[in-house]
This record gives sequence, C-alpha cells and structure tokens, in this order.
Amino acid sequence: MPRAQLARIVALAVLASGLATATAVAQPPVGIVRPDPDKAARMSPLQLGAQLFAGNCSTCHGGSGFGIAPAEGRRGVGDVAGAGPPLRGVGALAADFYLRTGYMPLGKPSEQPQRSRTLLHDNEIKALTAYVASLGKGPPIPSVHPAQGDLGRGRELFTEHCAGCHQVMAQGGVVTGARVPPLQNATPTQVAEAVRIGPYLMPSFSKHQISDAELQDIVRYVQWTKSPSDRGGWGISNLGPFPEGLVTWFIAAVVLVGTCVLIGKRVRS
Amino acid sequence: MMLRRVVAMFDERSGASPFVVKTLRYLFPDHWSFLLGEVALYSFLVLVGTGTYLALFFDPSLAHVTYQGVYGPLRGAEMSQAYKSAIDISFAYKGGLLIRQTHHWAADVFVAAIVMHVMRVFFTGAFRKPRELTWVVGMLILVTTLLEGYVGYSMVDDLLSGMGLAIGYGVALSLPVIGGNLALGLWGSPYPGDHTFESRMFIAHVFIFPVIIGLLLGLHLTLVAARHHAQFRRMRRQTNQRLVGVPTFPGQAPRSLGLLFAVAAVLFLLGGLVQINPIWQWGPYEVALGTNGAQPDWYLGWLIGALRLMPGFDVTIGDYTLVPNPFWGGVLFPTIVIGLMLVWPWVERRITGDRRVHNLLDRPRDAPVRTAFGAAFLLWVVLVFFAGSADRLYVFLRISYTSMTWIYRVATFALPLAVFFVVLTICRELQRSDALEADREAAEEEGERALRAASPQPLTPGTERATAERP
Amino acid sequence: MRRLGRWLLMAIVAALGWARHREGRGADADAGDDGRIVPAGDPEPGAEIAVLLLLVAATLCAVGFIVVYAIDAIGNQTQLLGIAIGACFTFLAAALILVGKRLIVTEENEEEYPPAGHPEEQQELVQIVEESGSRFTRKRLLMTTGGAATAAVGAALVTPVLSLGPWLDTSSLANTPWRRGLRLIGSDGLPMFADQVEEGTFYTAFPEHANHDEIGAPVIVVRLPPSALRLPAERAGWAPGGVLAYSKICTHAGCAIALYRTPLFPPTSSKPAMVCPCHYSTFDPASGGTVIFGPAGRPLPQLPLYVGGDGVLRAAGNFSGPVGPSWRDVREHPT
Repeated sequence: MPRAQLARIVALAVLASGLATATAVAQPPVGIVRPDPDKAARMSPLQLGAQLFAGNCSTCHGGSGFGIAPAEGRRGVGDVAGAGPPLRGVGALAADFYLRTGYMPLGKPSEQPQRSRTLLHDNEIKALTAYVASLGKGPPIPSVHPAQGDLGRGRELFTEHCAGCHQVMAQGGVVTGARVPPLQNATPTQVAEAVRIGPYLMPSFSKHQISDAELQDIVRYVQWTKSPSDRGGWGISNLGPFPEGLVTWFIAAVVLVGTCVLIGKRVRS
Repeated sequence: MMLRRVVAMFDERSGASPFVVKTLRYLFPDHWSFLLGEVALYSFLVLVGTGTYLALFFDPSLAHVTYQGVYGPLRGAEMSQAYKSAIDISFAYKGGLLIRQTHHWAADVFVAAIVMHVMRVFFTGAFRKPRELTWVVGMLILVTTLLEGYVGYSMVDDLLSGMGLAIGYGVALSLPVIGGNLALGLWGSPYPGDHTFESRMFIAHVFIFPVIIGLLLGLHLTLVAARHHAQFRRMRRQTNQRLVGVPTFPGQAPRSLGLLFAVAAVLFLLGGLVQINPIWQWGPYEVALGTNGAQPDWYLGWLIGALRLMPGFDVTIGDYTLVPNPFWGGVLFPTIVIGLMLVWPWVERRITGDRRVHNLLDRPRDAPVRTAFGAAFLLWVVLVFFAGSADRLYVFLRISYTSMTWIYRVATFALPLAVFFVVLTICRELQRSDALEADREAAEEEGERALRAASPQPLTPGTERATAERP
Repeated sequence: MRRLGRWLLMAIVAALGWARHREGRGADADAGDDGRIVPAGDPEPGAEIAVLLLLVAATLCAVGFIVVYAIDAIGNQTQLLGIAIGACFTFLAAALILVGKRLIVTEENEEEYPPAGHPEEQQELVQIVEESGSRFTRKRLLMTTGGAATAAVGAALVTPVLSLGPWLDTSSLANTPWRRGLRLIGSDGLPMFADQVEEGTFYTAFPEHANHDEIGAPVIVVRLPPSALRLPAERAGWAPGGVLAYSKICTHAGCAIALYRTPLFPPTSSKPAMVCPCHYSTFDPASGGTVIFGPAGRPLPQLPLYVGGDGVLRAAGNFSGPVGPSWRDVREHPT
C-alpha cells in the first residue's frame, strides 16, 4: 500500500474520532428567556411558571404542554425543530426532576439530556414545577427518607433492577444508544423521581413493581455508594479491574522499573 | 574458625563446595532491563506466600448459606460458602484483607512484569540462538499465568467473577466441533456447572497451575544459567565469546535481594492502601444478575476487547454451527498472538537466514524489521486492549460507544500498519546516522594516525590523551 | 527463613574465601595480586551507619506490624498493617541496595561463554543409543508396538477424567426447565399476572418450582404495544397483549441480559432493546430478539406465552431455540 494512501486512512480515522467527540460533547448554550424582573416580582408563581414555560419549554412541549410530534416540526428559539412529549399529567415529580438536574431545557430534542448546571433560579424552578403540575393530575414530588431504608434489601433491589446499566456501585455505564449517568451527584429525591419517570432510555418502575418502601431501600443504597466503606483503603472509584489496571501500570510498574534503573546503574562504563 | 568448620561439615557430606563456588561467581551482565524478569520472579514468590495463607481460609464450596457476618449491606443475603469465606477473609480475620489484596496486586504486577520482560527480550533479540528454548518456556509461563489468574478471581463467586466465568464457558463452547464436549467436561454440566466445578477451579488454582508455573520457572532459569545471560556491548571486552558481568556474590546478591524486598514493599503497600477487587461491594453472583462495566483483570482486557469488537455472526453450514462468535476474540485472537510470539525466533531465522549464536544483544534500531514488527504487533494488541475499556471511556469522555467500536474496528488494523512503516523508517534513519558517526570517527582516527606517522611528535598533548582514552 | 539461608550462604562463601586465602592456593583466575578473590576496597563508615539505621528502622516496623495486629482497638487495621510491613520491606530494600552500591566492592569479571555445542558428547550420545539397540532385528515393528503400548497406557490413565462430565453426550446443553403450562414467577416469588406487566419497564421471571441457578430458567419479560410487534409469522400468539418473554442469558457468551432500554419519548430516541452488559450485544424485542448491535450471532430465544384462566402468564412451550452461548449443534435442537 502506498504511503500516501495510508496517511489518508490514518487522517480519516483521526478525523472521525474528532467528529464523534465534537458531536458528543456539543451542547449548544441555552439561554433562559425570562420576563422582566419587575414584572416577574409582581406575578404569582403560576403566572411566572406560565411565562417561563411559554418562553423556554413550549417549542418542544407545545403550548399548555400538549407536546409536539416531530412531524409537526415547529421551529423555535435557535431554529430548533421542536419535538417533545406532552406534559399534561406528568405532575410536579417530573418537572422537579428535569429542572433540578439541569436535564431541561435541552438544546436539541434528539440529544440525550445530561446533568448540567441549571440556569433557572430556585423560585423559577418552583414556579415552573407548579405550572406543569397544574396542567393535569399527576404525581407530586416524592418525599424519601433514605435513613429509614434497609441497606441490604436496597442492595439486592439495586443489583436486580439498576446495576445492569448503572453499575453495581452506581458508577454509571453504557447501554447501546445512551450514556448511563453515575449516581454520585443524584440527590435521594432525584433518584426516587428517576425510578418513577424513566428518563430518556431508562425503564420506569411503577409502584406495583417497586413499592415506595422498596424505593426508599434503593435510595438508601445509592446514598451509601457515595461513601461506601472502602475497607481496603483508597477505593479507586469502586469500578473494579479498570482502575486496578491503571494502578498496576502507572504506579506499581513505574516504581518497580525505577527501582530496577536505580539498582542496575551500579557499574558505569 | 567457626565458618571453616561449618563449610567443612557441609562440604564433606554434600560435596557441594565446587558447585557453590561456581554459583557464587556466576556472572550477571549489568543493565537495569535485565532485572525486569527478577521483578516477575519475586512477584511470584509473594503470590506463593500470600496464596498459601489464603488457601488456609478459603472454602471452595457452593453450598448455600445466609450471610450473618459483620458486613452490614450483605447481612441476610443468600450466597455460596466460597463467597462467604472470601468475605470472611476480608472482614473477620485480622490481616486477612491485607494478604488478599496483596495477593491480587501481586498477580496484576506479576503479569505486568512478565510483559515488560518479554518486551525487553524481544526488542533486544535476546531470544535468538542459543536461547530459543528459554523464550518458548517463558511464553508457556505467560499462558499458564493468564489461566491461573483467571481461575483465581473466578472461584470467589462474586458478581464479577460469575460473569467472567459465563464468558469463559461461552468461549469454551465456541471451539469448533469439540466446544460443547469440552465445556461439558470441564464444567460437569451446563453452566453454571456441577457443584464440584468450584473445587476443580480451586485445585487448578492452588495446585495444578502453580506447580506448572514453578516447574517452568525452574526450567527457564536453568536454561538461562546453562547458556549464561546475553549482554549489551557496553565496552570492547564484551564480545560474542566473552561475558563481562557482576558475580552473584558479593556483587549481585544484595542488589537482587534488595529488589525482592522492593517488590514485596510495593505489593504490601498497595495491598494495605489501595483497594482491589472489593468483592463485598459486587455482591454474590446469580446467573440472572449482571452489572455494567464488567471487566476482567487487566491482563485479560485484550480478550474482552476482541470479544466486543467482533461483528455479530456465527459461521454456519446449514444447521451446523461451525464457528460460534466468541471463538474469534476468545480463542483465535489469543492463539494468533501467543502462537506468533512462540514461533517468532524461527520466523526471524527464516527471514534473516541467520543461524549463528548471539550472545550480544541488539539495540532496537539494529534490527529495524524486528523492531517495526514488534511495535506494530504490540500496538495491535494494545488497541484491542483499549477497545475493551471503551464503555468506561464513554462514561468519562462521552464518545458514543457504537462509534468507538467502529473506530477501533478500523484502527486496530490501520494504525499498526502505519506504525510498522514509521518505526522502520526511524530505525533506518538512526542506523544511518550511527554509520555516519562511525565513519567520521574512523576517518578522524585515520587522519590522526597519518599525522603521527608523518611526524614522530604528537600534534598536541591533548589529542594524544583523548585518543588513548577512547575505550 | 530466606534470610537465614542467605546468611548461611554468605557464611559459606566467606569461609571459602578465607580458606583459600589461608591455604595460599590463590591460582584462581579471579585472584588479584594479593591473593584475594574479591578485590579490596576502602571502608565507608557513613554507608555502614546508614545501613545500620535502615535495619533498625526495618526492625521497628516489623515490631509495629505485630503491635497493630495484637491491639484490637486500632482502627483501619488493613492500612496500618500494610504500611508497617510495606515500610519494613522498603527499609530492608534500601539497606540491601546501599550495601550493594557502597559496601560491596565493584567488580566486573570476565568469563568465556559456554561453547555452542559439545560435538564429542553428541557423538557419544548417538553411539550409546544406537549400539544399545544393536541386538534388535525388527526395530520398526518394535518401535511401532512400543508407541502403541505407550499411547494405550496413556489413554487408560487419562480415561477416569471422563467422569468429570458428559464429554460425549452434549444433549444436556439444550435443556431448559420450561414446559407448556408452567407459570411465570417474578423475582419477588409471586406469580406474574398478565395485566400487571407494564410497558416501558422490564421484569425477571423464572418457571415455577425451578432452580434459579440454571441458565435455562430466567426470562426477561417486557410489554410492547401490540401494534409495534413484528414477530415472525409462526410466532403469532406468542405475545398475548404484547407481553414478550425472552431468555435472560445472552446468546453470545452467557451473561445475563441485565439492561433494558426503552425510550420515554420514542420519536427522538432509540427503540426498545435488551442489552447484555458484558459485550453490549443488543437485541430487539419487537422482532423476536434479533441482534441489532454487538457480537452475538444468534437471536435471543423467545418463550411463547399465554394467559391462564387465573390471569397468570404461563409458558406455551419451550424456547424458540437453545438458551445461552452457541455450540456446534445449537441450531439443530428443535425445542
């Protein structure tokens, strides 16, 4: 094979990987459209929520949260082709989850929502949540008390229902088509909400499948994984063989090769 | 006086003095890279020591028990006696966790040291005549070690080990024609196997494989000593016929022993300070359970990479399944890698037509084709190895898993090819500049000699000294 | 123990050196002008003191190890024990390396490499073997018979290994505990009612009265809108109300299908799929478990279902094919 051709293949591979990185990392900056502060101060939470919804959510979720099917293709802020599920009946639970995790507002409807810094103020989140809750009868924000959960039972339930994607120590992982987030930054309420909603590609679990008490056990376990009893010392992120291999090569092997060099240099020519 | 009496006592009863003297004055050529094999040897000693201790506590039984021990999150869980005993080693027995973790780190470091040692031997051409058998025995040690490590972490019966065993079963089944028979024979019944499978793994891990490794190690070292170490040419008196080195005693012994303790120090410090394979966190295994990010220990990472990269197909003839998919990554790939390394000394002989004895080592640039091939081959295996961790990279770097799979499928073949030519060019350039340098020096010497011949007096005192001091 | 051996060795050597010296043999190749074997060097009191201190430190650490072990009240035992013994070994290593570098005289000796071969002995060896057999007249026959005997004895000795498992009969590989009429039992131990199976989630179920450890036992149960199903024609009726059951064991390498992805808002994300966490083989539940990504070479076996009179899901037969990783006959087993 001629070298020029080879170089072209290599360049292509590099380019492809670069592109993949770019598309995966790109999340167009999303600004928040908010009413004039003076006016906002005089609004009731529901009014403020309605205003914020109209400005930031309705492109995809439709006016009054009826949802928009991709075929309708409404163009909104930033020329985004809106498409999103209806929000009537999702309740405060879903609104609270999506807004507090920074999953929403989302730059592109086809993108996987990722945990990010939320651009909304706390009172705005409350107002939007109240507004979405008012659209239809839906579940409230769950109240969980992880301290009352059973750790052992939680471990079993988590291993059975969650570990396949989230990894047994809740360090996140991969499902083909999506990145599964680690749960280290998820609050107990958010974990409980996610279980009921099933965001993006995650399954949702109803009370028939995972009762509120069991959910509390699971949340207790997830809380525990944030600071597990790493009896063996430095936990190297509780991921198993992957970081262990890094330690083997980048600590043990480096130190031992260094020792060899130190010892082997006894006689100089 | 005392010493003399002791020596006389032993010599007159064993006749060993001449042998001991010879051993003590055996010469070790001095270079740091010759110590990598010793690092492996000493890791093995730590493995045997810690492993013996662990075997006193581990209970290779699949009997069901309910855990009621000190570790809270597992209390009340159903598990096998084997898993429980490994948990107890980690929690109930003082010092048990230190030994367990040291044992596991020692395994990881043992294989890493072997790999570095193999690389040194390969890139310096130390495997050439008369050391081909030493090379082959070393390769067999590497293969046995991989099996030993796999069985070792598989018999603990935690979630990760169970998933690893399932894959091992799938790979065994995938052998064309005899796979089904082999897997059933080894496991005793369809996966997860007969209840005696646990004790089969145990005896393999604590007896069969260690004995094989020990015997091969003995053979390896005997062969090394019989042909003596190869050496770099640091000075002119080192030739293909004459070895220059440090005697075992007193020169080499304290350094080597120091290295033993350094290896032990690193392993025990890791064992005490860095957590490895926290089986209590993985929980017990059941066939219906799985966790994301399941990886084997690092030294089998190249196999999971190969298994994951394969596009999905079984080779079939009508209803007959000739080659089930795991065969490619789990059997064929390692067979090619190990096989190629095994026969490389003879391949190189065929290519170069060189049948001479080589006691002097090459620098990598001295054999451009070998070095280029070695670099490309290494990169090939390393890329497949990296592919095995693409899922973790997705979590960290957010590069989609499916695109990474496709990039790796291309890169594993394209990049090594490119690297082959790049390294070849670099080696040849280095050789050319070496030759140029040698020419220049020779010309200078020639010139000086001519000058000296012309005039009986040296040109300047300085020049003469410089010439005389060149080794 | 090893150290003791080493001391002993050192003692032997020293003695040997001394003995040779005293007896004035000194004709060794290594010997210097003064009759020594090991060349002389100047003392290095500084290094000696350093070695001494390092040995003391090692001793203290070793004692520290014992103390930590003995006192229960000390927390983080693993870490402290590791530090104690690790530091102990570090000091020993430092002491020995210092001895090697400073207190042992630098000597690099020469030696001829052993000869490449021993032609005379080779000749002798060949001769011995050949002459030993000179009385045999039917060499080839004897060799063949001898070889056969060796092989037979070897085979006989290995035969008991066959008891390890059914090496010759691989039919058990296709066994599963599922039979027509068996109820699906959820992981909570209760029968699964068809109308309780919801869309957008997944369940694990086992056949009633079965051993959960068999790979043929666990199934993953999901519900899709009946309109979304694209099952092969011969599987019509296998998914009552859109409820589907597949083997939970991956057909690639036998791990549990522990991942189920299901889009919250189908228009913008991937379709439902069952995924294996080991090598990410991805199976499509709508079309009968076909592979849509990853290394699996066979679709996930589907379990036909029907709803019993009591509303509980029941198996309508065995799987659509053998469960678990592929082998030679995996496609030849009717189920």
